[in-house]
Amino acid sequence: MSQPESTVEQVMGARELQRTVQRLASEILERLGEPAGFALVGVVRGGQQLAERLADAIFALEGSRPLVGSLDITLYRDDLYTGIEKPVLGQTLLPFEINGRGLVLVDDVLFTGRTVRAALDELMDYGRPRFIQLAVLVDRGHRELPIAPDFVGRRLATAKTDRVDVALGGAPELEEGVRVERRGPAGVA
Amino acid sequence: MPSQRPLRQKDLLGLRGVPREQLVRILDVAAGFRQVNERRIKKVPTLRGRTVVTAFFENSTRTRLSFELAAKRLSADTLSFSASTSSTTKGETLLDTARTLDAMRPDAVIVRHPASGAPHLLAKHFPWTVINAGDGINEHPTQALLDMLTMRDHLGDLQGRTVAIVGDVLHSRVARSNIFGLQTLGARVVVAGPGTMCPPALAELGVEVRHRIDEVVEEADVIMMLRIQRERLGRAMMSSTEEYAALYGLDERRLARAQAHTLVMHPGPINRGVEISPEVADGPRSVILEQVSNGLAVRMALMYLLLGDEGGGDAAA
Repeated sequence: MSQPESTVEQVMGARELQRTVQRLASEILERLGEPAGFALVGVVRGGQQLAERLADAIFALEGSRPLVGSLDITLYRDDLYTGIEKPVLGQTLLPFEINGRGLVLVDDVLFTGRTVRAALDELMDYGRPRFIQLAVLVDRGHRELPIAPDFVGRRLATAKTDRVDVALGGAPELEEGVRVERRGPAGVA
Repeated sequence: MPSQRPLRQKDLLGLRGVPREQLVRILDVAAGFRQVNERRIKKVPTLRGRTVVTAFFENSTRTRLSFELAAKRLSADTLSFSASTSSTTKGETLLDTARTLDAMRPDAVIVRHPASGAPHLLAKHFPWTVINAGDGINEHPTQALLDMLTMRDHLGDLQGRTVAIVGDVLHSRVARSNIFGLQTLGARVVVAGPGTMCPPALAELGVEVRHRIDEVVEEADVIMMLRIQRERLGRAMMSSTEEYAALYGLDERRLARAQAHTLVMHPGPINRGVEISPEVADGPRSVILEQVSNGLAVRMALMYLLLGDEGGGDAAA
């Protein structure tokens, strides 16, 4: 089996990423107002770290921190029984009342939109939020569902076979940033 | 004994031969499922459109209910088939019954049967997932998994821990599955009971065989009391339930010799005053009700892990 050619391109470095997070935090505040009026819900795992980072940035700007929850969407995926290896569940932790609260769903990369669909369904099982908006660090296109983000860090032109990696906290050996692995046309199913 | 297949993608027939990393993975996934059972809406769409049949050829209410609730919380449709209400009482064979079930296109069949190896036979002949819910005196793997999950919650890694299983180990599929699973996880298993229930030959399974309960109580991290199955035994095995309670029953006086952290477990249903006294069953060391709720999580995890790909079949196995 021949290895498809691939190149890795760094599209965002650590400082740029931090500035992008700060801008997203400002935009969220500008549109939604007081941090007490909404909660951030990060999709496990990449979105969870981003949600914490956004909450920190909001605190730095406003002196108060929004509530932060996490959502593991594994059991709501639409591709669980199509041959993928079944993952161990992450933690869904929503330590606040969902009913009537404004939520910002946070994920690191927006791609087909299927993860967001699953997250919306799961949130609805927890209650009836006043609204849900969507914040992502990277929108890489190729949507398969009618889903659009409300807050976008960076739009990236990618091929469908590319891989987008966001390194955010957690892994000290890896510099924070966004990398795109461009895969050659060969060998892709 | 029937030949054992390791846990692959399709079935769970027993714990004998299942490698450590698979056991740990099942327990990890099960631990994650507990949070679903604490939500306001205790249901996730994971198995929507799937059909899970519980086929019980032996009476059991609690195990069947646990499997059914697990399937329902994953949004599967459930059908329950029990031998007492079915045509097996009219002489239909197991395979004929299974062919009838097969025509209903189930995705998984949960089997309990008085004959050791019955689930293995079905797993071999049919494409659906088979989960063994107890076969004869062979295995009852989901009970052992929920026991191990409960132990792990309290004791952490089971490597080097001592688990004492007390009672009719010879005829207990719960004990056998626990012995296989616990040994794989590195625990030491000691069994105790009268010679008719704990014969020296059990040592072939790698366990230590004792005939006095007091000495095992002192060294055990976990004391698992087995139910004395009056309906399964003739009179030959013990002279009276009173004598059994006096020699092997777990009461507060005996339990006072145990270490401070020692857990008391029982697979249920309990015979109060026979193998376990009411004070111990309801006491602070008893984790019997945690076992029940962990059973639900373990069964949800197994259906999540084992059910096949869309379109049936086991192409990815």
